Amino acid sequence: MKSRKYMNPYLAGFLLGLTLLGTIYITGRGLGASGAMKSVVIEGVNTIAPQHAENTQYYAHYAAEHPNGPMRSWLVIEVLGVIIGAFFSGVISDRVGWKLEKGPRATNTMRVIGAIVGGTLFGLGSQFGRGCTSGSALSGMGVMSFGGIITMMAIFGVAYMLAFFFRRLWMR
Amino acid sequence: MAPLVPDIIGNEFNFVVALFVGIAFGYILEQAGFSSTKKLVGLFYGYDFTVLRVFFTAGITAMIGVVLFSHFGLLDISLIYINPTFLWSAIVGGAIMGAGFIIGGFCPGTSVCAASIGKLDGLAFVFGSMIGILIFAELFPVFEPLYMAKAMGPVRIDVFFGLSPVSWAFILTAIAIIAFYGTTWVEYRVRNKQMKFSRTTLNRTYLVSAIPFVLILLAAIFPSRNERIHKMVADKKEQGKCVFKEISSDKLADELVNNYYKINLIDVRTKEEFEKDHLPLAINIPLDEFLDRKYEDYFKQKHKTNIFYSNDSITHKEACLTARFVGKSNNLILRETADAFKHIILQAQAPDLNAGKEIYEEYLFRSEAARKLSELQTAFENLNKPVTKEVKKASGGCS
Repeated sequence: MKSRKYMNPYLAGFLLGLTLLGTIYITGRGLGASGAMKSVVIEGVNTIAPQHAENTQYYAHYAAEHPNGPMRSWLVIEVLGVIIGAFFSGVISDRVGWKLEKGPRATNTMRVIGAIVGGTLFGLGSQFGRGCTSGSALSGMGVMSFGGIITMMAIFGVAYMLAFFFRRLWMR
Repeated sequence: MAPLVPDIIGNEFNFVVALFVGIAFGYILEQAGFSSTKKLVGLFYGYDFTVLRVFFTAGITAMIGVVLFSHFGLLDISLIYINPTFLWSAIVGGAIMGAGFIIGGFCPGTSVCAASIGKLDGLAFVFGSMIGILIFAELFPVFEPLYMAKAMGPVRIDVFFGLSPVSWAFILTAIAIIAFYGTTWVEYRVRNKQMKFSRTTLNRTYLVSAIPFVLILLAAIFPSRNERIHKMVADKKEQGKCVFKEISSDKLADELVNNYYKINLIDVRTKEEFEKDHLPLAINIPLDEFLDRKYEDYFKQKHKTNIFYSNDSITHKEACLTARFVGKSNNLILRETADAFKHIILQAQAPDLNAGKEIYEEYLFRSEAARKLSELQTAFENLNKPVTKEVKKASGGCS
């Protein structure tokens, strides 16, 4: 069975915008993703190396700011929802299944290493940007945050500048 | 007035909201095709602009909503979380993320979606992101100077450029619509397809493009809540025939002594004037701050009567009018001024012995009231301050 077509991008954008608007209206905050990953990382460090976490200023500071622990966060619950929602969507559009998606000239190893390296960069950058594409760029645009819009322009600007050099990963 | 958390929706229930928001977020991203890395990077090679369309449409939809809601007094924009700006960190972070995007083919949110439906590259990207965050945490002392540099606070872009929110909304929407038309043209060129559309498709496109501008125009044409209230007050003042329910000093003294719990005696003068001297049991809401959210409850309740006073009838009449447009509370004004009240009641002078019985009884009532009021005043010292609702700014962001 062939998987169903994707939603009209403008309709999807409109619905996503309404979701963001509803979130801002109800909770006063925006959407996010990297924040939940950060929670997982910090919870991991706390569990695996509690001594290290205690002695490092960054983790100690984070613990002081989040007295209920890193996992008891709005974004962690929200990202659990994202997993459920995306899986549900995949099921009804018949897109669920193990798969490694890559450009026609890229090898599997190249793609996996690229994804890990790209992810590492994105994770690092999201800390500087105080949020990723969702938390900083998209939500920032919704609430007209100056920093959020600067970050958004930097993300897309640099990605365009570097596109030529990484075309082997994606293009024929 | 929104945001609903934490006053109307508690912080615990907010987690339930988070789950549902997440489900909608994930569902829409996946339906839009954001779980496919090829669709995402298509943006950077000109063969698929889905990301730009979804992203920009979402951004302007939310932005126009925020602008409209706050314009018409449904959402308090000063309470929502505005991502703070640390200029260099924002630029450097964005640049690193841009590199991550083109090399990894995802962003964190989309990689979670991809991993959820079994994409191994998505899973690898999630793994990588966590390593990146760990590196940041471990090397934080090295990054800290850059991370904290050029702190500008939660500045909004419209404020930064000295524009009104409505003008900024208009500019960004125009950029988005131009980008939509432009990228469609590029996409057809890259795919070597002829740009031919039916009349109905074109008409529909034009119609949909016009909708956001019409919505922004609504905010530009119609006055905001505060402007509207100010205007109604000004109109009424100009007509000069509004009727105020008045209360005399004697009646007020009587009410205060016997029914103080049914009254909000509100001093509408400035804070300094109030602090210098005020009537017993009065609270202070300066006229300038009447439209502030923290005082809203006083004008929206129906259990207590609000009695306004100041030292000139113009000020407290304006206060009473403003209150009338904010809520449905029962509002009265003191007939005399604050000074007159003090003179009549608090400093009541014993009449001549020749004066009539009525005048003497009046004196007895006034001096007794003055005594009781000073007792009440001591007992209720704390009532001097209005019980303001604690208005908390929403926390947010990804840290």
